Amino acid sequence: MGKVILQMKNITKTFPGVKALDNVNLEVEEGEIHALVGENGAGKSTLMNVLSGIYPYGTYEGDIIYNGEVCKFQKIKDSESRGIVIIHQELALVPQMSIGENMFLGNERGKKNAINWNETYGEADKYLKMVGLSESSRVLIKDIGTGKQQLVEIAKALAKKAKLLILDEPTSSLNETDSRALLDLMLEFKKQGMTMIIISHKLNEVVYVADKITVIRDGSTVETMDCHSMKIDEDRIIRGMVGREITNRFPKRENVEIGDINMEVKGWTVHHPVYTERKVVDNVSLNVRAGEVVGIYGLMGAGRTELAMSIFGRSYGSGIAGSLKIHGREVDLKTPREAIEAGLAYVTEDRKGNGLVLSNPIRVNTSLANMKSVSERGVIDVDKEYAVAVEYKDKLKTKTPTVEQNVGNLSGGNQQKVLLAKWMFTDPDILILDEPTRGIDVGAKYEIYCIINDLVREGKSVVMISSELPEVIGMSDRIYIMNEGRFVGEISSAEATQESIMANIIQSGRDK
Amino acid sequence: MSINIKAVLKKYFMVLVLIVVLLAFHAATGGKMLLAQNINNLISQNAYVFVLAAGMLLCILTGGNIDLACGSVVCFIGGIGAVMMDHDLPAFLAVIVMLAGGLLVGAWQGFWIAYVKVPPFIATLAGMYAFRGLSNVVLQGYAVGIRNEGFLNVFGGGADCYVPDLFGSGSLNLTCVLAGVVLVAVYVVMVIKSRVNARSKGYEVEPFYSALVKLVLISAAVIWFFYKLAQYKGIPSSLIWIGIVLLSYSYITSNTTMGRYLYAVGGNEKATNLSGIDSRKVYFFAYTNMGLMAGLGGILTIARATQAQPTFGQGYEMDAIAACFIGGASAYGGEGNIFGIVIGALLMGVINMGMSIMGTDANYQKVIKGLVVLGAIIFDVLSNKKKN
Repeated sequence: MGKVILQMKNITKTFPGVKALDNVNLEVEEGEIHALVGENGAGKSTLMNVLSGIYPYGTYEGDIIYNGEVCKFQKIKDSESRGIVIIHQELALVPQMSIGENMFLGNERGKKNAINWNETYGEADKYLKMVGLSESSRVLIKDIGTGKQQLVEIAKALAKKAKLLILDEPTSSLNETDSRALLDLMLEFKKQGMTMIIISHKLNEVVYVADKITVIRDGSTVETMDCHSMKIDEDRIIRGMVGREITNRFPKRENVEIGDINMEVKGWTVHHPVYTERKVVDNVSLNVRAGEVVGIYGLMGAGRTELAMSIFGRSYGSGIAGSLKIHGREVDLKTPREAIEAGLAYVTEDRKGNGLVLSNPIRVNTSLANMKSVSERGVIDVDKEYAVAVEYKDKLKTKTPTVEQNVGNLSGGNQQKVLLAKWMFTDPDILILDEPTRGIDVGAKYEIYCIINDLVREGKSVVMISSELPEVIGMSDRIYIMNEGRFVGEISSAEATQESIMANIIQSGRDK
Repeated sequence: MSINIKAVLKKYFMVLVLIVVLLAFHAATGGKMLLAQNINNLISQNAYVFVLAAGMLLCILTGGNIDLACGSVVCFIGGIGAVMMDHDLPAFLAVIVMLAGGLLVGAWQGFWIAYVKVPPFIATLAGMYAFRGLSNVVLQGYAVGIRNEGFLNVFGGGADCYVPDLFGSGSLNLTCVLAGVVLVAVYVVMVIKSRVNARSKGYEVEPFYSALVKLVLISAAVIWFFYKLAQYKGIPSSLIWIGIVLLSYSYITSNTTMGRYLYAVGGNEKATNLSGIDSRKVYFFAYTNMGLMAGLGGILTIARATQAQPTFGQGYEMDAIAACFIGGASAYGGEGNIFGIVIGALLMGVINMGMSIMGTDANYQKVIKGLVVLGAIIFDVLSNKKKN
C-alpha cells in the first residue's frame, strides 16, 4: 500500500440549474495509475477541472487534500506549481510554433526579457527523449502527426515537473499503434514513481493500464475497484457505469402510427474539412419513417454530429458522397436553406455556439430560420413575429417573463426549448435532434421528451442523436449504433439493453 | 425600482454625457455654444459623419468589421462628380454617376470580403490607398471648383443653402418652426398608435409614465432644435439628406429581414448560417451599402466645399467609426443602433466645436477626441462585464 497522495473529499460543484458533481470522493495513492470511467456528462472532466484549479477554490464545495495539505487553487498555475498537471483531450499546442517553443510556452527558459533558446531546445530535446520521440525540438508542431503531438503534450507536462499527471482521453485521436505506445509509456512512468489519473472511454485500455478504477455516474462516485485484489474485466466496468435503474423517466408514446419512409440515406461518406483524406463518416446508411423516433447512439467523437450536419445542407465536411432521399425522391441539398426547404431541421448539440443568437431576444431567435413567414417583401411584421414567439413559448412551456427576454439570460433547458421552437416553426417533416437534453435538468428533460412524442404523433420523423444510453433506449423505436464513423449495429429498442449496446461498440473497436 | 433606474442610466448614458458636455461648453464659452448659428453648423459641418456612420454601423454590426476606405472613396467619388460638372454635364447625371460609382466601389470591396474572405480590415486598407490614388488621378492633383448652382443648393453647399421660407421673411423662419411642429406631431401620433395597437393585441407595453416622459423629452428636444435653426436661417438642406438617411437606416436596421440578418451574423454567424441564411450575402450587402453612403458623403462634401480637392475625406472613416463606437455599437458586432450613432456623431461634433470656440490647440483637440473614444469603449466593456 502506497501512501495516499491525493484525496478529494465530498466535492460538490453546481452550475446554474445543474448539479454537475454531487459529493464525489476520490483517493489516489502515490505511484499508481487511477482510471476514471463513466458516461459522457457523468462529471469526470468537471472533477479534473476542479482538481487543476480551472474552477477556482470557492466555486465548489468540499476539500482537495494533496500531500497532506488542503489545497486552495485559484488558477491552473497554482496546481501546476504543486506538480499537478492536466493534459486535456483537445491538444493545446500552437501549430505554427516549434515543439520547443510549445513546450515552454508561458514557462519560458532564460531571463524574463531574453529567452535562452539553447536552453529551451536543449531541455526540450531531453524531455522528448523521455517520451520516446526522436524529433528535434525545432520541428514545427504542424509538421508532426497527432500521435506525436500527444507525446509532446506529455513531454510538456514532464517539463513542468509533474508529479501527478492527469490525462483526459489521451488516446481519443490516436490510432491503435500510437495508443498502445502511449499506454506503455504510462506504465514506464509508473515504474519511475509517477502518479497518474487517466480518463478514458476505451475500457480495454483502462483494463490494460489501471491499478484502480473509479466509476462516476450522474455526478457521484459509484465505486472504486482495485484491479489487483480482484479480476476486473470490461463487463464488470460496464455494469458499474450503466447500472442505474430506469424509473419512468420517459413519457409513454401511445397511438402513434408508423408510416412510410420519410428520409433515407445510403452509403453516406464524409471527409474531414481540413484533413481531407480522413474519413469522419464512413459508408453509413439509415432510414426513418413517419411517426418514428430513430436513435443514433455513439460516444463522443463517433462522427454523429458530423453525419447529421453533412446531411443538413453540407454544413460540415468535404468530399461528401452517398445518396439522400426525402419522401422517396433523391435530393441534393447544397445549403442549409435547401435542406430547410426540403423539410429538414437540424437542432444542434451546441446551442450556444451553433444554435442561438444569445444577445437577441426569444422573439428574434424563434423566427430566424423562417423569416419568410413573418415578413413580406423583406419587411418584418413584428406583430406577427411576436405572436409566433408567444405561441411557441406557451406550447413548449418555456419559462420566461416575456419573449423579449434575451436568450442568453435563460437556463439551459429553456434555451433548448427556444432552439426547438425555432426549428418547429420551420414546419419540418424530419427533425434531427443532436443531444437534445445535454446539460439540462431532469424536469426539463422530461418536457423535451414529451415534445418529441408530440412531434411524431403529428406524423413527423425524429432522428435523435444521444450519448446517454437510457435516453436512447427509452425514447427510440429503433437504434443505430455508431462507432468511429461507421454504423456498427442496428437494434429495435425492444431488444436493446445498455449492456448489449456498449458491448456492441467495444466489439467493433476490437475488430478494428 | 432602483434596478430600473440603473438600466435606464446605462441605456441613455451617452445622451446624458452629451447633455452634460453641451452645458459645460455652454458655460465655458459664455453661452456661445448654444447660439443658433453654432447649432446650425453642428449639423452642416458634420453631415458627412452622420451619413458615413450610418453605413459604417451596418458593417460594424456584422462583427465589429470596419471600412477604412470610405474616406478615400468620398474623395474619389466627389472628384468624379466635380470633374463631370466642370465639363458642364448636368448635375442630375453627375449625382447618378456618383451614387452608382459608390455602389460599385462598395460591391468591389464587398465581393472580396464576403466571397473571398479577405479580412475587412485588409480589404478596406487596400481600398484606402487605391482610391486615394485614384482621386488624385481623377482630379489630376488640382482642386476643381463647382459652379452648378442647382447642385450646390440641393446638397447644402455655398452660403445660402436652406429650405426657403414659405411664409415671408421675419427674424424667425416660420417654415422651420412649422416643420419641427409637424415632425413632433407625427412622432406623437405614431407612438400613440403603436401603443394602442400593442395594447389591443395584448403585447407588453412600456409603463405609461416612462413612455410619457420619453415622449415629452424627445418632443421638447426636437422643438428646441428647430426653434434654434429658425432663429438662424432655417433648415439647412444637408439636414434633409441626413434626415432621409437616418430614418431609412433606422427602418432598415429594425424592420427589415436584412437588418435582422446583420444583427444575427454579428451575434452568432454559425447559428445564422445553420438557420439557412447566407452570411456572405449579408457581408456583401453591408459593404456595398457602405460604398453607397460614401458616394452620398462625397456629394455632400464637395457641395459644402463648392469644390473637390485630392485631400478631401482624410480621416472621415475614423470619424464615422468613432461615432459608431461612442454610440454604443459593440466592437464584436451584433449590437448598436442608429439612435446611438446620432448621439455619437453629435458628441464628437459638440466637442470639436466647443474646443474650437474656446480656441483649444488643434493638437490637444485630437488628444481629447481620442480619450473620448477610449472612455466610451471602456464604459461599454465594463458595463457588459458586470452583466456577465
